[in-house]
Formats: sequence, structure tokens, C-alpha cells
Amino acid sequence: MITKPGLLAQTARIPERNAIVWRGAIVFKLIGLAAAIAATFVFSGYHLFQLTMVIIYAIAILGLNIVTGYSGQISLGHGAFYAIGAYVSAILMTQYNLPYWATLPAAALVCAIVGFAIGLPALRLGGLYLALTTFALAITLPQILKYRAFEDWTGGVQGIVLAKPDAPFGLPLSADQWLYLFSLAVGVVAFVLARNLLAGRIGRAMRAVRDHPIAAEAMGVHLALLKTKTFAVSALFTGVAGALGAIAVQYVAPDSFSVFLSIVLFVGLVVGGVASVAGAVFGAAFVVYMPNVAEKISKAAPDAIYGIILIAILFFAPSGVAGALARIAERVRGKDRFKDGIPLQGGTR
Amino acid sequence: MTNSAKHRLTRREVLGGAGAMTAAAVISQRAAADDMPGVTATEIKIGQTMPYSGNASAYGAIGRTELALFKMINDQGGINGRKLNLISVDDGYLPPRTVEQTRRLVEQEGVAFMFNTLGTPTNTAIHKYLNMKKVPQLFVATGADKWGDYKHYPWTMGWQPSYRIEAQIYAKYILQNLPGAKVGILYQNDDFGKDYVNGMKDIFGDRFDKLVVKAVSYESTDPTIDSQIVTLQSSGANVFVNITIPKFGAQAIRKVYDLGWRPTHFITNVSASVGAVIKPAGVEKAVGIISGVYLKDNTDPAWANDPGMNEWRAFMSKYMPGADLNDVNHVFGYGCGLTLVQVLKQCGNDLSRANIMRQAANLHDLDVKILLPGIKVNTSPTNYHPIRQLQLAKWNGKTWERFGEILSATAT
Amino acid sequence: MSGVLHQVLSGLATGSIYASLALALVMIYKTTHHVNFAQGEMATFSTFIAWSLIEAGFSYWVAFLLAVAVSFVIGLAIQALLMRRLANAHVLSAVGVFIGLLLIFNSISGWIFGYTVKAFPSPFESGNEKPVLGGYLSAHELGASLVTLAVLLAVYAFFRFTTLGLAMRAVAFNPQSSRLVGIRVDRMLALGWGLAAALGAIAGIMIAPIVFLDPNMMAGILLYAFAGALLGGIDNAAGAVAGGFAVGVIEALGGAYVVGTELKLTIALLSIVAVLIFKPNGVFGRHVVSRV
Repeated sequence: MITKPGLLAQTARIPERNAIVWRGAIVFKLIGLAAAIAATFVFSGYHLFQLTMVIIYAIAILGLNIVTGYSGQISLGHGAFYAIGAYVSAILMTQYNLPYWATLPAAALVCAIVGFAIGLPALRLGGLYLALTTFALAITLPQILKYRAFEDWTGGVQGIVLAKPDAPFGLPLSADQWLYLFSLAVGVVAFVLARNLLAGRIGRAMRAVRDHPIAAEAMGVHLALLKTKTFAVSALFTGVAGALGAIAVQYVAPDSFSVFLSIVLFVGLVVGGVASVAGAVFGAAFVVYMPNVAEKISKAAPDAIYGIILIAILFFAPSGVAGALARIAERVRGKDRFKDGIPLQGGTR
Repeated sequence: MTNSAKHRLTRREVLGGAGAMTAAAVISQRAAADDMPGVTATEIKIGQTMPYSGNASAYGAIGRTELALFKMINDQGGINGRKLNLISVDDGYLPPRTVEQTRRLVEQEGVAFMFNTLGTPTNTAIHKYLNMKKVPQLFVATGADKWGDYKHYPWTMGWQPSYRIEAQIYAKYILQNLPGAKVGILYQNDDFGKDYVNGMKDIFGDRFDKLVVKAVSYESTDPTIDSQIVTLQSSGANVFVNITIPKFGAQAIRKVYDLGWRPTHFITNVSASVGAVIKPAGVEKAVGIISGVYLKDNTDPAWANDPGMNEWRAFMSKYMPGADLNDVNHVFGYGCGLTLVQVLKQCGNDLSRANIMRQAANLHDLDVKILLPGIKVNTSPTNYHPIRQLQLAKWNGKTWERFGEILSATAT
Repeated sequence: MSGVLHQVLSGLATGSIYASLALALVMIYKTTHHVNFAQGEMATFSTFIAWSLIEAGFSYWVAFLLAVAVSFVIGLAIQALLMRRLANAHVLSAVGVFIGLLLIFNSISGWIFGYTVKAFPSPFESGNEKPVLGGYLSAHELGASLVTLAVLLAVYAFFRFTTLGLAMRAVAFNPQSSRLVGIRVDRMLALGWGLAAALGAIAGIMIAPIVFLDPNMMAGILLYAFAGALLGGIDNAAGAVAGGFAVGVIEALGGAYVVGTELKLTIALLSIVAVLIFKPNGVFGRHVVSRV
């Protein structure tokens, strides 16, 4: 756990608009990554499992962030893509005997296609209507997963139990350690891809659409196509997270993917910080660790405690943890260095 | 068909013999080498996951009752001088969190065993893990049939009569007593509802499609089931099997009555509570409904002066003041807790996981006082269904009037 | 054919539930341009207040009025203590706060009042009279539908004919300009919250006799109310009510005749989304022209 702030406080300070990544940042990132890898050998199985879940939720929230944070379209149904990714992975592993790692690209592909298809209505519907469509998707998906016609694949209400992958090549690692490292690798790839995507031309176009859709269209952004593609990419990330989640939890069932999961992802998004790549990790840590904290405070009404903590965070850090850290960092460094959130020059620390 | 059920059960018993011997052998082999994780001279550490948050939080009452019950046991000196330390944690009824919390309990807290963890999907998620680690998963709080699979999962045991067995009893009753039955089924679209439907299928067999004129489902998030009841009525059904949770059970009883539909009405024991279902629906509207029951209903006047229930009431008023006495979960938790107490007493000072499991599978005619007269807890190395008896009862407007003999799955 | 009629009737009965909560959603939307996802849980909490008052011996209508009044104050308080300070925060943060409120109200309802299902009295029936329309609609369902229509008229008249209503619409449309012409923006927003909570309380008290009262009473209803409101047009009270009834009927007919009950929810929501694709502002909604 100590590792994450190391990696992230670091990235959090870099506003996402910034295309200049200075050298110090890379050093810190490498240190953070090294610490994350070292965690494999420091923590016990249970803690590694929790960290694995943090990585998985971080990828899922990152996906949600792409569509909601960067593109400004509210999705209350990303749990559905998580579920689809999880089921694709589970079905391929149990019915077609595919190795677990090979199911990730398949989950990504399926979710991207479904995301594209769902994204099509997004061409016509914006705002609340998209929120309703996605919310409806999240609510109906369990019903579809339970449906008789698909029972041979999905296992119906009983779900699918999976085996846990062992470390390959005879590596001297426990299954927990291997799964953590595997998830970490997938997570790093996902975050690097997301960063590049968001920092590049497409990312700029997405933000332009979010902030000034009409102006963006006038500038030649193909609004409809861009929105749909964004949705597809977003679904892809969340779907990969779902596939990893299935492998880590070793079980998928319709009831694991109720609308509550979508709400959890959304909470992770706003707590971590909207439109912040690093925020996804803070948000993920929140959704994994905070329920346990809430429960320790009150067994009678843990949800009430959770809700109060959630509101308190949004109250004191309306732009999420990442936003708050960025502001603190700004203050520490002196405000002159930042103008409109863009560092004027690279710096060391 | 009755035959197919007979078949299934006999086959289970035949295969059971061999399986049980291996299971027992495995357990006894371990016993010698095992130390006693989670057990000290003064304490037994027990783990549990419960939905204290989320949409199943109503069941949190079970965990709270057990915590209170163990406090009472500890106040009375514990078991063999050891206090029971139940670490009951929230999983929000979400399987991924159940896995996380269970691993914490087993790996960090080092509990001796898991007790009465709630829910079918949640228990399924940790089924394999606990069996691989050889940690007892005792008396899981779910009515799925799979918790009695002692051959493949020798470390897991259920408690209540399984939904499937209950449904088989209704189906048999229909075949024997209601010639010309045209059955309409309303079921919740999840593992709970489908287990009952499967139980009916076990008995009806090939005739299922002919006997069941209409089967409709609802989602637990639906606001009402009115439309489904209208559909069932218009299907011409004269027998109604009502597989619902309490809220929809009450709605269905009222709607059936208001429509002037008068089928022979079966309701599952999940929704047979007088205080939580029959009274809200209207006591006169429920007259004639049949259910298969095994617990003494805490809200049925029949047990107002029952010594067993008085003990329960005394416990509730002292250790859970202010709790909702209409809530059947308090009775359920109390019963599970007392069963565990007996197991731990039988263990004596050998509280190894293997012996805990062996004693759990060694209960003979245990009289848990909140069970109906004549219903006893029985387990053996080849019987991991502690309660497999039910008695049919008919609501007469004031109380559940039991009739016929005590039925059990083995008696088929 | 009578089967269809019966399904339509039971669909209308269920639809009246959606319509009444949809009105509360419209109220808050018209003043704040937010959809309050905690509206349902707040309404459940209000209904529990009414229930406890009745249990404590108050008469039905006293309990009703007190619960509505208390809910109004709760609404005001939420605006004054929470939403006012978040006025400049991201819209997503507001949604986050709504989710927090949803969890808090749901959890506290369960904690204080327990989870067992409770019967809630109806002012329209004493319990023993003959069911109307062959039981396909109960007296209470008819009465509750009339209450919903009465509330609808009141809401319509409020926004259409009172200066207060006009001021509230102005605030939602353009807070800055409203402030410039002397409207107390914060007060209007607080009033909007208070009124929405009060409407929610009325909805809850009317719904509880139908579905029975428990902490999760509104969990499923909110989505349908939301869908109904959007289907009819969320800025249009009459449209939202019509939308609520329509959702109830679509759902009943779809489940009974089209796909079967296992996919009932799926088909209901799909058809609503399909309608919205062709009528993006809802069937009765106004097309909003935005200035570039």
C-alpha cells in the first residue's frame, strides 16, 4: 500500500493536459513501479489479493474515466462491461479451455464491439438520456446472463467457478503473487496506453467535445464517430478489468454484477478525480478499502458511514483526491510554476 | 415423477457410502498432524461474512443474533472454559468481497472455521477456497442443495432444509392429493427461485410441462408482481406455488385474494412468517395457504407459551433489546448458533479443524428448541443436510395448523 | 381479450407508482437541473416517519401532514448544508453526493425501523370492502392515482401561475440572470429541494400500501420513475406522469405477451430507449434550442 502513493502522488501532480513529461517524473514512476513489484514479496496472500483488486478496479475506473471524465458522457452502467469481460473470460476458460491470459484480448474485443453498439444511441442521446441508457444496461444485464437460452454458456443463476492460475515457467511464486504481478503488468500497459491516448490528438478532440461540442464540431471533429469510438475504448478497458476480476475472484455469477457494481465504479471515479488518470488508482483504493473501514465503525449501518465518508470527500475535495493532491502540490511548489494547470518548466524535486 | 426422485436419492446414498469413507479417512488422517488454528486455552476464533450493507442487509440480523447469542454463552462461562470470539464481517452480498473478507479471516485473523456465512453466490465464491485450505465452512445460511455435497466438498455443510427438498415435498403433495391439478408457479429469477422450480421438476419429471400450465418469474427489484398474478390467474391454474421473498409473498397473497382467484396456494417457508408476511397481507386473505415449515414461528400465537420460544424471548430481551421481534432471522440465527454450540461441546478439547468437522457430522437427534416438535438435527459422514425434515401446515386464519406426519427427504 | 384489459389495468396500477415518484424527480429537475438519485430513498425515509407517527397513535392525516412537513425541512436542509456549497463543483460530484445520500437514507431506514415488511394503512379503504373492478385495481390504487393527478395539477399550477414558480424556473434556466433581476437564487433552490422531498413523501405514503413498506421499497421504483420521467419529458410534469403510467403498461404487456417475465425488464427498458432515440426530448418534452 505504501507503494501506491509513491507512484501516484507523483503522476497526480501532472495535470493531464501536460504533454511534457519531465525526467524526474519518469524516475519517480520507475521507483513507484519498483516498489509495486517489491510489494509482491512483502505482503501476504490476503493483502496481495486486495492490491490485485485495487489494480483491477483502477483499470475499470480508468475505462469509465475515458468516457465520463474526458468525454463528458455520464455512464452509470460500466459495471455491465466489467460483467461482460468477466463472463467472456470465464466462458473461454471453462468451455474452450483457453489459457487465462489469452482471454484478456478476447474480452477486450467483445467489450469494444458491445461498447460501440451501445455507443450508437449515444450519437442521439446525451446527458441524462445516456445516463438512463447505461443505467438500464447495468440493471438488465444480470437478467440476460440468467436467461435460459444462454444457460449452457453462462451457467445461469449458478454462475461459473474458475480455477486459479499458477505461476508459469516454474517460477517460484505463489498463485497470489503471480496473479498480482500479472495484473500489475496489465495495469501498467493499460495506464500507459490510456495516457498516450488521452495526451494525443484524440484526447484533445475528446476534451474539446466535452467542453465545447459545437465549437469542436466546427473545427472538424466528427462528433458522432468520436463519441462512439470513445465509448468503445472505454468499454474495452473496463472489460479487460472484468476479465482480470473473474480470474482473481475465480467465480462469476449474475449477482456479482448487479447495478451496485456500476455505482461502485462511479463512486471510484468521482472520489479519485474526474479526468485524472492517477485518480483512477485513488478511486480504486477507496472502493476496495473504504467498505471495510465503514464496517469497522458501525456494523449496524455501514452503508450510512460509507455514504458520509463519500460525501465528506466530495465536500472537501470536489475534484477528487487527485485534484486535491494536485492543488496541494501546486501550493507547495509555489503558484507561479503553474499557469492554467500547465507547468511552465520541468522541475526536479 | 416420484420415481426419478427416488432414483436420485438412492443413487446418492449408494455412492455416498464409498465417498463418505474416503472423506472420513481424509479427515482422520489429517487430525493427527493438525494443530488447532484459531484456538487458544481461553478462546475459539470463528469467522463469518454477512451482508450488513447492500441490498441483502435485512439478513444482517442473523449475524447480529449470533454475536449476541455467543455473548450470552460467554457470560455463562463459554464452552469448556473457552470464549467464543465470532468475527462477523460485512461482505455486502458481493462475492468478490466475500472472497476478500474470507481470506482476511482465514489468513490474517486465523479463525478456526467459518460459520453460517450468508448467501448462495457468496458461499459459492469461497466454497473451493475453504475446501482446498481444509477450513470448515459450517452451517452456511442458504437453502441451496449443493451444500450437502460431502463427497466433493467434505469441509462444507448446510443447515436448513434445502429449497429443493421443500419443493419436492410440495410436488409430491400435489400429485397425491390434488388430482386434476393445473399448477401455476411464481418464482424469483435467481438461484433461490430456480432451486424450487428444479425441485418441482424432480418430482413431476416428464409431466412437468403438462402439470404446470404457467410459470412466471419476477426480479427482486420489481416493485410489484400484480401483472404476474393476473397472468397466472388467466392461465386457468387451480394450484398456485408461490416462491417469493416476504415482500412479494405478502403482495401475492393479497392480490390472489382480491382477484377472487381461489387456487390451492403453497407458499415457501421463506415467506411463511405470520408477522412479516401473513399479517401485512391480511390474516383472512391467507386462509387455506399451505407451507412446509421447520421453525417455530416467532409471530405465531401457537408458540406464545412454548418453553423453547420463551427461552428465545428471554434471550432477545436481555441480549438484543429493541430488536424487531417479528423478524424470523433472529430465530434462524439463534438456531444455527445453538447447533454450533453443541458441535463445539462435542469437540471437547480437540478443537482441530478435522475434529470440528467430524463432530459437525456427528449430530444425533439434536433438539434445537426453536425447531418444530419432532424435527431434529441429524448429521453423519454421509449426511451433510442437518435439517431435512419439514411438516406441512395450513393457515387457518389464526395460526399455522400442522397436519400429516413429519416429512423428510430420506423417507421418499 | 379481457386478459389484455386486465394486464393494462394492472400496468396502470403499477404505473401510478412510477408516476408519483416521477413527479418528485421533475420537481427537482425543474429547479436544479439535477436528477436526484436519492429521491426514492428519501421518500422511503419520509414514509417511515409517517408510519412511526401512525404507530404512535396519531391519526392518518396528521401523520401524513407531519411527515410531508418534516420531509420538506429535510429537503431544505440538504440544499442548505450540502448542495449550496457544491454549487460550483463538477456535475459528477453532485451525482456522487446523491449516491452518498442514497446509501445513508437506505441504511438509516433499515437501522432505525428494521427490515421486516410492514403494512401501511390506506385512507381509501378500510380493508374489508369489495375490490373494485374485479380486483384488478384496488380502491387504494384508484385513490392513489387520483392523488397523483391532483399533485400534478398543483405542480402545474404552481409553475404556470405563481410568481414563485416562475422565479424557480428562471433560476434553473439561468441562475446568473435570475440573480441580476433580484431573485434569491439560493432560496429558490432550497425551496425546490424542499418541495421535491415533500412530493416524494406523498409518493411514498401512497405507494407503501401497495408494495408494503421496507427500507428497499423504492430501490426498484426509482429506475422506472426515472425512465417514465424521461419518456414523457423530464421538464414536463404532465409528460412525466403520462410516462410513468406508460412504463407500467409497457412492462405488464411486454412481460405477459411478448418475451415472458424473465426478460420483462430488459424489454421494457429497451423499448423506452428506442422511443428516446426517435424522440430525444421525451414524447411530451420541449425541444431545447441552445445558443451557440
